[in-house]
Amino acid sequence: MSLEGQLFLALLEGAVSGLVLALMALGLSLVFGVMRIVNVAHGEFYMLGAVLAWYLATTANFLVALVAAPLIVGGVALASDRLVLRPIKYAPEATIVATIGLLYIFQQLVLSIYGPYARSIAPPVYFRVDLPWFGYSGYKIIVAGLAALLLAATWLLVTRTRLGLYMRATQQDREIAQAFGVPVERIYAAAFALGAVLAALAGVLVLPIQQAHYLMGLDPLLLSFMVVIIGGLGSLKGTLAAAILIGLVDGLVSVFFTPTLARIVASILVAMVLVLRTEGLYGEGAG
Amino acid sequence: MPAGKLTRRAALKAAGALAGAGVASRLLGPLSLDPALRSSVYAGAPSGAPLKIGFQVHRTGIGAAYGKWYDRTAVAAVKLINARGGIGGRRVEIVAEDDGTDPKRGVEVVEKLAQQHKVDFIFGTLFSHVVIASAPRAGELKIPYLVVSEGYHVASGKMNRYTFQPGITDVRAQVTALAPFVLKNLGKKVTMVFPDYAFGHDHRDFFSAAVAKQGGKIHALVPIPPTEASFTKYFPKIPADTEVLYHVMVGPGVLTFVKELGEHFGQKKPKLFGFIDSLEAVDFASPGLEYLEGSYIWEAFPRYAGQYNTQWEKPYRDAVGVDANGASKSDAKDVSTYSHMFGVWETLFVIKEAVEKSGYKTTKDYKGFIETLEKTGTFREGLEHPQGTKRFVGRLHQAFGQQFVSQVAGKKLKVVHRTKIEDGMYAPEADYTKQPL
Repeated sequence: MSLEGQLFLALLEGAVSGLVLALMALGLSLVFGVMRIVNVAHGEFYMLGAVLAWYLATTANFLVALVAAPLIVGGVALASDRLVLRPIKYAPEATIVATIGLLYIFQQLVLSIYGPYARSIAPPVYFRVDLPWFGYSGYKIIVAGLAALLLAATWLLVTRTRLGLYMRATQQDREIAQAFGVPVERIYAAAFALGAVLAALAGVLVLPIQQAHYLMGLDPLLLSFMVVIIGGLGSLKGTLAAAILIGLVDGLVSVFFTPTLARIVASILVAMVLVLRTEGLYGEGAG
Repeated sequence: MPAGKLTRRAALKAAGALAGAGVASRLLGPLSLDPALRSSVYAGAPSGAPLKIGFQVHRTGIGAAYGKWYDRTAVAAVKLINARGGIGGRRVEIVAEDDGTDPKRGVEVVEKLAQQHKVDFIFGTLFSHVVIASAPRAGELKIPYLVVSEGYHVASGKMNRYTFQPGITDVRAQVTALAPFVLKNLGKKVTMVFPDYAFGHDHRDFFSAAVAKQGGKIHALVPIPPTEASFTKYFPKIPADTEVLYHVMVGPGVLTFVKELGEHFGQKKPKLFGFIDSLEAVDFASPGLEYLEGSYIWEAFPRYAGQYNTQWEKPYRDAVGVDANGASKSDAKDVSTYSHMFGVWETLFVIKEAVEKSGYKTTKDYKGFIETLEKTGTFREGLEHPQGTKRFVGRLHQAFGQQFVSQVAGKKLKVVHRTKIEDGMYAPEADYTKQPL
């Protein structure tokens, strides 16, 4: 394939994966920013979104899946927050262990009920875009667009609504926010649920492109962590920038070299950030 | 409640939750969509001393689609064997353990089957990376280990004298037999897309060698990790002047692989020669696969009925529960792994034949079992070997058989070429019979 063709494919693939990754990583970043905890089960919310979407899309239709699956996953997140995270008082180390436990519970529940098989659905809208060098799935382009819209919607939520205001206040200083009457415990629950909803949305969008599989959450979780570290823990702007960066680098290195090298490059980037600039691109303060 | 102090109330709550979860998981079992996970015990009232055959099955992990059908085929074969009086008059009991398609778990499963369940034989492993990890352990534990894998590793001599592959042919034989057809009918500039692990490397190495021998050239190699979920980024590596795209893929992403392949190339696609592995358990009528029309697919055992017409096709399909389209009789969407699962059926009948011929009674009789099996030259085509007659090369511990080339026509497969057993034979590189037991 010619150079322009390769470049265009790299950018297309990079944009699609970068935007979906941004959606997922944003959820993780939000949870860390507001609650100061690391949710290792974040990838499983993505997987649950895809699996529930498969079920809903095959019994009803894709639109129902797109709306209901993230809401159900949000409910699961709220339950997890109430039953698991709140009793341990969001202690950092305990939360890591607890969310690892949640990871296994979700994975094995899905394995037991949905089975070990990979299942997909046909895209709700399908057309093939015929470019001079290759063809491309029109649905993938729609996914990129939808992901961008959802990112914008989340941005609006965080910056323009009261909920968003409370979240930003809690993120800045929990005690003072509480003193000002912000219902901090409920904001925690809302943030956790929102993070899960974002991950689930990514899972629903991706389902017609890939397959729903009980192990599908592990790889995106790793990538989300990379994005959040490079972008700066707690910074939404940083997460967005890092996700697009990683998506594009991944696309370019994958197409011009190999996907394995792309993963190596991403890991080296993370290592460099941790060593040279621990707060990431836009992180708040050093250390 | 002071932080860090475990109160009685908290402990009781936790215990209650655990008990509830335990109950719930038992109750969830029957809710499972997957019948194989509903019960992992093959029930049956013991009578006398049953012959216990350990089954290392990929119930979960990337091989789960195959494991499901390996499971069903094993159950069907044992049902038939027991209905006919068992093996040497003894009832056969399958003891299955899930290895998660994981090499490390595979080794643990071999140990558990041999030492805890104390089975007589172990069979059933498919994915090559699991075989390569598990077979040495079976050799150390000195228990016959019959794999249904297609990899070249058994015949290469790199395994051990306890490891056999008598029920399915290996990749080297397959590609050796097929290379002339590909080069003659499709083209000489071949680009290979294959999974980047042992099984895929067998394809790469032996097809390249076979092509070179016929005066052709491998144009490009595109290895892809079998765990990959998205394949488009690999396709730019396929040179634009490729005449033949040779593809074989495994794992949960195969449907994505063939769909994205179609999206990427559209009408400008090169000629395609694929292995049914890329489409096992996948319905040809799936949207996005229309581009496969007219392309060629290797099959070990034709998925669509009537393409290899023998008197045993119907009884075999009925026994394993597969309809004329190669899908489950109870669920037309549940497409089988028809070109692989027959290996399980045939391997169980191989065990039957070798046990009865050698007079095997207990695990002290392995020498007789192994030597008898090594001396078996032929497994005749029949209900016990429905895929076709197998020539068993004792020194390689490997069976050789016929191969089929099919063409996609009207969203089904029609056989256009059938190879002879000799077409796939290669110079043997090993001799297990010289190894001590």
